[in-house]
Amino acid sequence: MKNFENMMKPHFSHKHLLGIEGLKEANITALLDLAEEKIEQSRQETKKTDVLKGRTQINLFFESSTRTQASFELAGKRLGADVLSMNVAQSSIKKGETLLDTAATLNAMQPDLLVIRHGSAGAVELLSQKVNCAVINAGDGRHEHPTQALLDALTIRRNKKRLARLTIAICGDVLHSRVARSNIILLNIMGARVRLIAPPTLLPADASKLGCEIFHDMKEGLKGVDIVMMLRLQTERMQGAFIPSVREYFHFYGLDEEKLSYANDDALVMHPGPMNRGVEIDSIIADSARSLIREQVEMGVAIRMAVLECLSNNWLKKNESGA
Amino acid sequence: MSNNFQIYYNALLVNPAQKSTSNGGIFVGNGKVIDIGAHIDQQYKTDNADNIEYINVKGHVLAPGLVDMRVFMNGPGESTIRDVGNSAAAGGVTTILTMPNTEPIVDDVAIVEYINSRAKNIAKINLHTSAALTKGLNGAEMSEIGLLKQSGAIAFTDGRHSINNSMLFHRLLTYAKCHDALVIHDVEDKDLAGDGVMNEGLFASRLGLPSKHKIAETIMLKRDLTIACLTGARYHVSQISCLESLNAVRHAKLDHKNITTGVSINNLTLNEFDIGEYRTFLRLEPPLRSEDDRLAMVRGIKSGDIDIIVSSHDPQNADGKRHPFADANVGAVGLETLLSAALRLYHSEDVELHTLWAALSLNPAKLLGLEAGTLEIGTKADFIIVDLDYSWKVERSELKSKSTNTPFENRVLQGKVLQTYVEGQKIFDFNT
Repeated sequence: MKNFENMMKPHFSHKHLLGIEGLKEANITALLDLAEEKIEQSRQETKKTDVLKGRTQINLFFESSTRTQASFELAGKRLGADVLSMNVAQSSIKKGETLLDTAATLNAMQPDLLVIRHGSAGAVELLSQKVNCAVINAGDGRHEHPTQALLDALTIRRNKKRLARLTIAICGDVLHSRVARSNIILLNIMGARVRLIAPPTLLPADASKLGCEIFHDMKEGLKGVDIVMMLRLQTERMQGAFIPSVREYFHFYGLDEEKLSYANDDALVMHPGPMNRGVEIDSIIADSARSLIREQVEMGVAIRMAVLECLSNNWLKKNESGA
Repeated sequence: MSNNFQIYYNALLVNPAQKSTSNGGIFVGNGKVIDIGAHIDQQYKTDNADNIEYINVKGHVLAPGLVDMRVFMNGPGESTIRDVGNSAAAGGVTTILTMPNTEPIVDDVAIVEYINSRAKNIAKINLHTSAALTKGLNGAEMSEIGLLKQSGAIAFTDGRHSINNSMLFHRLLTYAKCHDALVIHDVEDKDLAGDGVMNEGLFASRLGLPSKHKIAETIMLKRDLTIACLTGARYHVSQISCLESLNAVRHAKLDHKNITTGVSINNLTLNEFDIGEYRTFLRLEPPLRSEDDRLAMVRGIKSGDIDIIVSSHDPQNADGKRHPFADANVGAVGLETLLSAALRLYHSEDVELHTLWAALSLNPAKLLGLEAGTLEIGTKADFIIVDLDYSWKVERSELKSKSTNTPFENRVLQGKVLQTYVEGQKIFDFNT
């Protein structure tokens, strides 16, 4: 009975954060709760603490990124870690080094926290097997982007006071989106109802079996929705291959005032950024009071602070118990 | 709308929707069918109207106007539309679907709206346009299927082009499905067809012409059918021409109601031997096949495995045909001879009139979602009167069409459209 209570109590005792898949409700709640504290910390004049003092955090981005990399950098620094960001997209991989050689090299530098983004699904997990430190997946191919899903959950929970039983529509290019995958899993764990709204050419196979209701029509799909999550449409997918044109996509799937009017009156709008104004979202919506897009960015730093702190502590405990 | 009322009596009514052919008459007013049936004769009286005109059809066929869903135009200009309208009216065709292979190509909302806004007044018949399935008919990028459909395009096709890229074709059908759009496709594997200009076989060998095997059609058809079954999209193969293709569609149609099949009147009534001494008017796509394949097409019409007969009306100017066979332009006019040629199946192959009319009017109307192809109380009075036995020789100088590249030149056909009516108005009369 005591064990059971411990299980139910919010806790996060994992070694890595490779994805949302495999997490339990209690793990997610623990991270969200801790992140709440970090929001307060980040709003102080003095934002820095020393909980990660002496630790080394390396951000390893095989795909270029501005916001996620900055967010992780800031998160580490606010906790007092020494943060090094490496943009591998332009460096050693180009010189012919294999992924595992890069891992071995970095491991030799004795990092405590490794934040990795890579263009291939599964690459981050592969790296995690080869290093002796905590690994955080900052996006691997079309697979997962767990901190984005967590920051989205935090944003929703703060605005709607809960996640369970909310109806959340994820709209747009689900097929190519790791953000969508992580969100689908997380929201299902937390007991929300998930809808996917997209043209069928932008949906993964058997999407309905991922625990979602599928819609191809925004007006149908948005009926009774509490949260509308828009996804970014990559430029290279716009012309003819997956959808006919930007014009047609915006007409049928772009979020404008008319389509949003089918959602609940208090429905809120989210977007992981960077936005294509006029492609997937109308500027009027993006800049309106119903938009949580800027709040998401703030939550991003908080959730990453929580993840870094938890993982660092988990390794400390592990080493202590191991010693 | 005119206030005239007419009673056409002493007619042989062909009604494909009821699968029947019976004696009777039709009462027409305000462009609509007010009443139809065996009870309408010279004595028929009604309180609904005065000034009724009684017309004796003299035992000829009175049937729904034909719906031809494969008509090429050179452009969406006024004279072209008028020309196609005249040909259609003379052939008893009251509704056509035009192909997007025009200059400019119909792949933009503005062009669809332009054609729809002007066509009806100029053509006098019901003219609907299809839109390109891929941008500029390039076979590489999908066109704006959703917006084009909203603007009034009722089907999507690359016309005489086949889409070789299977990945794209899968995406196209997937995307078309969510807009409930009808996809019409010409099937020919270009790599397999090579530079062939006629059916592969002994006759091509004798003529020394580069030829293509009929499997070039069947292979792409089977790919299409596989994807159509997978996606559930509304798929229509525009023209099949051989036994193997018939077997493929028959099999696919068993479980999949989203699949329909068309055949060109040319492949139903002509075979490769008609090419004779390199007659370029018989340079057609699909190429004319063997007599066995032609007979398979006739069986397909009888069994219903082939749903629709099209004219594949494709005007080519005289210069384009004055070349050696392999260099000559492809295509033939067909609107004016469509019904007379199809009646060959009635006169010599035991195909019932209502079966023919189903393939020539009811089925294409249903597939395109048009109010046409049947005569019932309340439907538009688009109908034709046909003398089944009238024999006539097809002479190019007598054709209404400006282009006269008919494969039936100097043939004697039995059966002739006497009058054509659209919404009760006579738009063609053979005797004037």
